[in-house]
Amino acid sequence: MSAPMAGLTRRPVAKLRSMGGSRLENLCLGLLVLFVLVAVFAPWLSPQDPTYGELGTGLVGPSADHWLGTDQGGHDTFSALVEGSRTSLVGPLLVVLVSTVAGIAIGLFSAWRGGWVDTVIGRLLDVVFAFPALLVAILAVAVFGKGMTAPVIAMSVAYMPYTARLVRGLAMQEQARPYIAAYRVQGHSALYVAVRRLLPNIGPTVLAQSTVNFGYALLDLAALSFLGLGVQAPTPDWGAMINQSQAAVLRGQPLSAVVPAVAVVVVVVAFNIVGENVGDRLAGRKT
Amino acid sequence: MSRTTTRALGVVSRLAGMAATLLVTSFLVFSSLYLAPGDPASFLVRGRSASPDELAQIRHRYGFDEPFFVRYWDWLGGVLHGDFGRSYVFHQDVSSVIWSRLPATLLLIAAAALLIAVVGVAAGIVGALRRGTRTDSMLMLLVTVGAAAPAFVAALLLRSLFGVKLGWFPTIGNGTGVLDRLHHVVLPAIALSVTFMAMVTRVTRSSMLEELGREHVEVAVSRGTPRWTVIRRHVLRNALGPIVTVSALLISGMLVSTSIVETAFGMSGVGSLLVTSVNQMDFQVVQAIVLLVVAAFVVVNFLVDLVHPLIDPRVAAAGSAR
Amino acid sequence: MALLEYENLSIALPGMARPVLDGIDLTVSAGEIVALVGESGSGKSVTARSALGLFPTGADIDGHVRVDGTEVVGAGPAALRSIRTGTASMIFQDPRAGINPVRRIGDFLTESLRVNNGWDKGRANARAAELLAAVGLPAPERHLRQYPYELSGGMLQRVMIAGALTTGPRLLLCDEPTTALDVSTQAEIMAILGRLQRERDLGMLLITHDIELAAAVCDRIYVMYAGRIVETAPTAQLFETPRHPYTAGLLGSSPPLQAPDGPPARLTPIPGSPMGLLDSAPGCSFAARCRLARPGVCDRTAPRLERHDEALVACHLAEESLTSIDNIATREGS
Repeated sequence: MSAPMAGLTRRPVAKLRSMGGSRLENLCLGLLVLFVLVAVFAPWLSPQDPTYGELGTGLVGPSADHWLGTDQGGHDTFSALVEGSRTSLVGPLLVVLVSTVAGIAIGLFSAWRGGWVDTVIGRLLDVVFAFPALLVAILAVAVFGKGMTAPVIAMSVAYMPYTARLVRGLAMQEQARPYIAAYRVQGHSALYVAVRRLLPNIGPTVLAQSTVNFGYALLDLAALSFLGLGVQAPTPDWGAMINQSQAAVLRGQPLSAVVPAVAVVVVVVAFNIVGENVGDRLAGRKT
Repeated sequence: MSRTTTRALGVVSRLAGMAATLLVTSFLVFSSLYLAPGDPASFLVRGRSASPDELAQIRHRYGFDEPFFVRYWDWLGGVLHGDFGRSYVFHQDVSSVIWSRLPATLLLIAAAALLIAVVGVAAGIVGALRRGTRTDSMLMLLVTVGAAAPAFVAALLLRSLFGVKLGWFPTIGNGTGVLDRLHHVVLPAIALSVTFMAMVTRVTRSSMLEELGREHVEVAVSRGTPRWTVIRRHVLRNALGPIVTVSALLISGMLVSTSIVETAFGMSGVGSLLVTSVNQMDFQVVQAIVLLVVAAFVVVNFLVDLVHPLIDPRVAAAGSAR
Repeated sequence: MALLEYENLSIALPGMARPVLDGIDLTVSAGEIVALVGESGSGKSVTARSALGLFPTGADIDGHVRVDGTEVVGAGPAALRSIRTGTASMIFQDPRAGINPVRRIGDFLTESLRVNNGWDKGRANARAAELLAAVGLPAPERHLRQYPYELSGGMLQRVMIAGALTTGPRLLLCDEPTTALDVSTQAEIMAILGRLQRERDLGMLLITHDIELAAAVCDRIYVMYAGRIVETAPTAQLFETPRHPYTAGLLGSSPPLQAPDGPPARLTPIPGSPMGLLDSAPGCSFAARCRLARPGVCDRTAPRLERHDEALVACHLAEESLTSIDNIATREGS
C-alpha cells in the first residue's frame, strides 16, 4: 500500500547506505579484529622489549631497528604500541562487561518492579549520570591510589546508567507486548521470561550501545593514563606513551606521541562506526 | 493564574530534586574519600616519625576522631557557607586555592563554549543545508574523527603543529595580561572543544534535517518567504531545543576535561589543580573540585529544564498538563 | 485568460517506473471552483504544489504551468515569489503540521506581510485579526497571541485559511483541506471556503479524494488516476453520465453527502489498489482494476483524453461502455 512513498523516499537512501556504509563498516570491523589480535598476541608480535630503554638511542627516527623510532628514554615506539594495545583492550573491555551486565540487571529489575522502586532507581541513576566517567576514575585514584583496578571498577559504575536506562526503556516496551503476557499467563516466572525471552530481543540494541561505550571507555582510560594517574611505567600504554613524550613534543619530535595518539583515534572511530551502524540497522529494521 | 501556579510548582519540585541530587552527591563524595585507606593524620606529619600522642593530637585538632556522620555534617555545613576546609598541602583555605585558579579555567571554558556554539552549530547548519554533497560528506568525516579525538590527542597535535613547528602560539602556561592570556588560551580551547564541537555539529545537523522535512517549512516556502528567513525562523528556530540542550550539557560536562587540557598545556587552573591534588593526596581540594564539577552539571541541567519551555512552548504545555 | 493553466505537465522522478504526473492538462478560470479528485498516490497533491513551483526535489519536469499568465516551470526565484506572495495561496491538509508549532498564531499570519510586503507590526496584526474574524474565529486578538497547541484542529484550519488570504490572492489551492478534521468540522470549513470564494471571487482548485464533497461545491471536476487525468466534465454531467469506469467506481464507492430518503445506498468498492510509482502498465493504467477491461485493447496503448459531449475522457471504451457503466454505478434510487 505504501509502496509509492517507500519508493519515493527510502529506496535510494537505503541503497546508498547498504553499499557505502557496509564497506566502511567492514573496514572498521577489520580494524577491530586486527586490534584484538594484536592485543592478544602482543608479546610475540613486538620486535623488542618496550620496557627496555637504551640510553644512547633516545628519540631516533624510524629505521630498520626501530620501525617507528624511539621515545626519549630509548624505548622502541612500535613495540610499545603493540604491547600497549593490551591495556587499551583489557581496561575498556572490563568496564563494558561489568557495566553492561550490571546495567541489564538493574534496568530489567527497575522495569519489572515498576512503581516506587523504578522511581528511586531512576533518581539514583540520575545522580550517577551527573558524574562524568573521567571524574569518577580520578576520584577512584584519589581514594585507592594510582593504577587501573580502581578506575576500571569506578568507571563500570559510571557507564552502567547508559545501559540500565536503555534496557529499562526497551523492557518497558517489550513488556507491553502480548507475547510477554502470554508467557506469564502460562505460569513462567518473571525471571524466566526476562532471561529467556526478553534478553534475546533487546540484546542487539544493548550490544550496539556497549560497542559505542567501549570506545568512550577507551578514551577515558587513556586520558587517565595521560594524566599520569592510570597505567604506571614501565607498563606500556597508549595514554601513558603520549604523556611520557610531552617533552619530546616540545623539542619538535612528536613521533613517539603521535603514533599512540593515532592508534587511539583509529580504534575509537572504528568502534563508533561499527556501534552506530549496528544501531542504525536495528532502528531501521524496527520502523 | 493557574498556569503560573503549576509552572511555579514545577520549578519548586525541580529545585527540590536538584537539592536532593546534590545532597546525595555530597554524601558520595565525602564518604568515598573517608574510605580512603591510610590515616590522614600520619599523612599530615609527612613521614616524620610522630609519637602516638602527637598523632592523636592532630586527629583531634582536625576532627579526625569524630564519628563519620558528625564529620560529614560539619563538612556539609561548611560547604553550604562556601567553606570547603583547609588544604593540607597549600596550608590555605580550599576555597581560596580554587578561587585563585578559577578565572583561568572559566576563560578556557568560555573560549571553548564559544567555539562549540559558533563553529559547531554553523558546521551543522551547513551540513544540513548541503545534505548529500561533498561538503556534507567532508563535514561528517571530520565529525566522526573529531568525536573520537580526545582532548589529549588534539592538544598533542595542535601543540606540535601550531606551537612547536609553526610557532604561532605559545605551548605552555597561562600568560600574563589580557592579550597574552587570550593568545595562550587559543590552542587549549580548540583542543578542549574538538570532541564537543563534533557532537554539537552532529546534533545540529540531524535536528535541522528533521525540521527541514516538516510541512510547516513547506508552507512557509509556499508563501514566498525568502529562503534564509525560512531557515532562520522555521528550521533553525525549531531545531534549537536539542541544540541548546546538548550544547549546555556538553559545556557543563567540559569542566572535568579541563584537567586534561590544562595538564597538556601546563596551565594553572582548576583542572590541573585536581590532578596535582590527587597526586599529592590533598583530599580536601579533590573533594571540593569533584563536588563543584558535579554541581555545575546538575545546576546547568536544571537551568536547561527551566529554559526549555521558552524555546519550545509545547514543552510548557506538556509540563502543565502533567 | 485562465487563472491557472496546466499544459501537458509531466513530472518524473529518477528510479521510478512511471512518471508522477503524465501530461496533465487542467485549467481554472477566475471565480471558478474546480475539483481534482483521485485516490492517494494519484498525483493530486503534486499537481497542486506545482502551481506554486513546489516540485519534488530531483524531478524531471516537462510541460507548462501558468499562473495568471506567468510560467512556473523553470521560473526564477523572483517570478516564483511574486506568484507565491501575490496571485496564489495554498491551504494544506494538516494544519497541525502546517503551522509552525513553536511560533504564535500571530507570527504565522503576519509573517508574509511583514517579511515580503514590509508592513509594520501594528498594521499586519490588524489585518490578521480582521481575517481571523472573517474565518469565524471568536476572539481574534487573543488568538494572535496563542500557540498552535492551544487551538483545536478545526480552529487551526481556519487560521490556515486566514493565512492563505493575508496577501489577497486570486487563486486558492486547497489540498485536502478537510481530510485531517472530524466530520462536523469538515462541513464548517467547506462552508467558510465557499463563502470566502464567493465574497472574494477566488479561483479555487480543490484537491480531494472525496468525489461527493467535490460535487457539492465545484463547477467542474477532474478525475485523476496514476498521474493522469482520466476524465473531466461539469459536475452535473459527471454525476449523471460518468464515462470513465474509474469515475463510475469512485461514485459507486463513496457514500452520498446527503442521505437519500429510502433504503441506504449500497457501496461497491473498486477492486485492487492504486498503482504505485514502481509499477507501470503499457496500456491503460486502470485496466488491471477495471471490470470492463478488454484484453487486446486496454492493455496495448494508453488512451488519450477525447471529447464526448461536454466531457473529456481517456478510455478506450468510452463510447460503447456507457450502458455497462450504469451497471457499475449501482446506486439505488439515483
